[in-house]
Amino acid sequence: MTDAESTPESAIAPDQLVVLAPDVLADSLPDYLRAWWKRIRGGESGALPIIVGLIVISIFFSAKSSAFLTSTNIVNLFVQSTFIILLGMAELYALILSEIDLSVGFVGAVGASIAMALISAPQNWVWWAGLIVGLAACFLIGAFQGTIITRLRIPSFVVTLAGLLGWQGVLIYVFDSDKGAVGGVITVSNNIIDDLVSGTMTPAAGWILLVVLVALYAVITVFRTSRRRAQGLTTPPLSITLVTLGAVAVAGAVLVYICNRNRGIATAPVSGVPWVIPFVLVVLVAQSFLLARTRLGRYMYAIGASPEAARRAGIHVARIRTIAFALCSLTAGLAAVVYASRLGSITIGFDGGTYVLYAVAAAVIGGASLFGGYGKPIHPLLGGLVIATLNNGLALLNITTAGTDVATAAVLLVAVAVDATLRRRGRPGAGG
Amino acid sequence: MAEGAPLLELRGVSKVFGAVQALNKVDLSVPPGKVTALVGDNGAGKSVTIKTISGLWPPTEGQILWEGAPAHIHSPNDAEALGITTIYQDLALCDNLDIVQNMFLGHEKLRFGLLDESAMEIEARKTLADLHVTTVRSIRQPVASLSGGQRQSVAVAKAVMSAAKLVIMDEPTAALGVAQTAQVLDLIERLSSQGTAVMVVSHNLNDVFAVADQISVLYLGRLVAQGPVSDFDPQVVVDYMTTGQSTRTEDAG
Repeated sequence: MTDAESTPESAIAPDQLVVLAPDVLADSLPDYLRAWWKRIRGGESGALPIIVGLIVISIFFSAKSSAFLTSTNIVNLFVQSTFIILLGMAELYALILSEIDLSVGFVGAVGASIAMALISAPQNWVWWAGLIVGLAACFLIGAFQGTIITRLRIPSFVVTLAGLLGWQGVLIYVFDSDKGAVGGVITVSNNIIDDLVSGTMTPAAGWILLVVLVALYAVITVFRTSRRRAQGLTTPPLSITLVTLGAVAVAGAVLVYICNRNRGIATAPVSGVPWVIPFVLVVLVAQSFLLARTRLGRYMYAIGASPEAARRAGIHVARIRTIAFALCSLTAGLAAVVYASRLGSITIGFDGGTYVLYAVAAAVIGGASLFGGYGKPIHPLLGGLVIATLNNGLALLNITTAGTDVATAAVLLVAVAVDATLRRRGRPGAGG
Repeated sequence: MAEGAPLLELRGVSKVFGAVQALNKVDLSVPPGKVTALVGDNGAGKSVTIKTISGLWPPTEGQILWEGAPAHIHSPNDAEALGITTIYQDLALCDNLDIVQNMFLGHEKLRFGLLDESAMEIEARKTLADLHVTTVRSIRQPVASLSGGQRQSVAVAKAVMSAAKLVIMDEPTAALGVAQTAQVLDLIERLSSQGTAVMVVSHNLNDVFAVADQISVLYLGRLVAQGPVSDFDPQVVVDYMTTGQSTRTEDAG
């Protein structure tokens, strides 16, 4: 046993400890920053580069166009981005599993058009009943596609490609069978759904909501930290908690301030936070919670990294994947409802084929991995904002749609290239 | 093989794949709380043996006894229910999850229906401490950031967590350097000193003689020698592995 008695500490060089979450290792602020910097160099860059990128793009556009940094435009940009953000959050479920869902656009549209058709004349259902039926339809479609993918072992790419075509056809059937649809348009006839995007809360309500949310966040953070400390577990240094909390509060205050400025005209003032912003926030928190705090979420990440390891751990892989596809379609339904609310109607010409590509792009630009196992709801949020900022800014510069498409494509390529490069450099997930 | 009844016993186990006789009437016994090395050349039937024990490939004929009673192992779940955990060379870890998450994968602790990270972290830390795994800086680091030996440690800790009575390790040191091999051998010793039986499949006779209490040698699907490590020396084992017999000693086998 002479071999085995050599000091185990010698078995690992410090350099082998790459890519660690800083909050895992650090006890003090300088420690934390050092670990964080090491982590960025190691490839696990987190959300920072994309936020910096977003700021750089914004500075560029505001230098080029005085209309860019007006509160009217900024709020408009946020509202424009919500549909792609939500569709990206839908796609995230598939991406985490190392799958893809090409059908999210049309599946969402089928659900939203069913809901809108039921709510409007001649059916005239209560708004929430129509929504529930529409979203349930989405969920079932997702479960159906997920079942085919997992039970028949057909690649998700193929099944959802068929879905991309098939659900577009079903969408046309929905419009054909709705007596209230005129000229391929179903109008949003309900004030509550209409107000989701076009309605705003009062400025005071916006501030109150912000204070409540920040306070809630602070209380939860303090509670969790103190519970961990009481159990003798490592906790991030207090300074980090305070800095994070401060950043969240400042970002929220800026957002509410911009939204609360008058962006109407003198005779018809408009101000306040559009309801769709807290709506996206709720979906974000719900998805984060599901992915980070439940078994279902944990198993999705496990399957995304190694289906074999998950299977050997006794996880019912097929069931989890089916649920993920169902959740993906359900979230797509929410996205399409927001789409209908923003435009005041949903039309037969809904371009689900293009939107799904934007959704994948949003998730990947934001930092989710195309290779599975990585991605958080914040990623499609950030990526969706980047896409919306590009679209918005380039439109202000009078660049054509063609130019905007090329620019978005370039950003997507860069994001995917970064993802692939980091993988090779040994980010967790590269294997060994 | 003197003391007590064996934990696991294979009696006349054969495995046939079409025209290929992969195992031919193997009588193998694994004592409790000891380290058994299963050695043999490529194609001798080591992998088939462990896959039979772990339920992936049920035997064509013969009997498996677990703690003296006949056991029917037809699936990996059967094996796990008995307390047999197999650690394959690929380790079956999720690179994107951290050490704690991997150790509890499929057996997460819940609190109000949600993942109880604190409880899992505490228990994982204790298990690793019991195994004297001290080289990881934080049990919250993703498994992808670990060295080969550390990954092996996590896989072993995962097995310990599942209250395994027999841990089968397939070539645990094959891909490791000298220092890391030492780390893993140390871990195997620790495991058996805690009362867990370990069966190590290995090519490396240095490792075998460093940790094994008992050696079983397979040659072309037959068990040609089995006995306490003191009955063997490396040259004798090589003879058995390559020719199925040895003229150097008579008491082994």
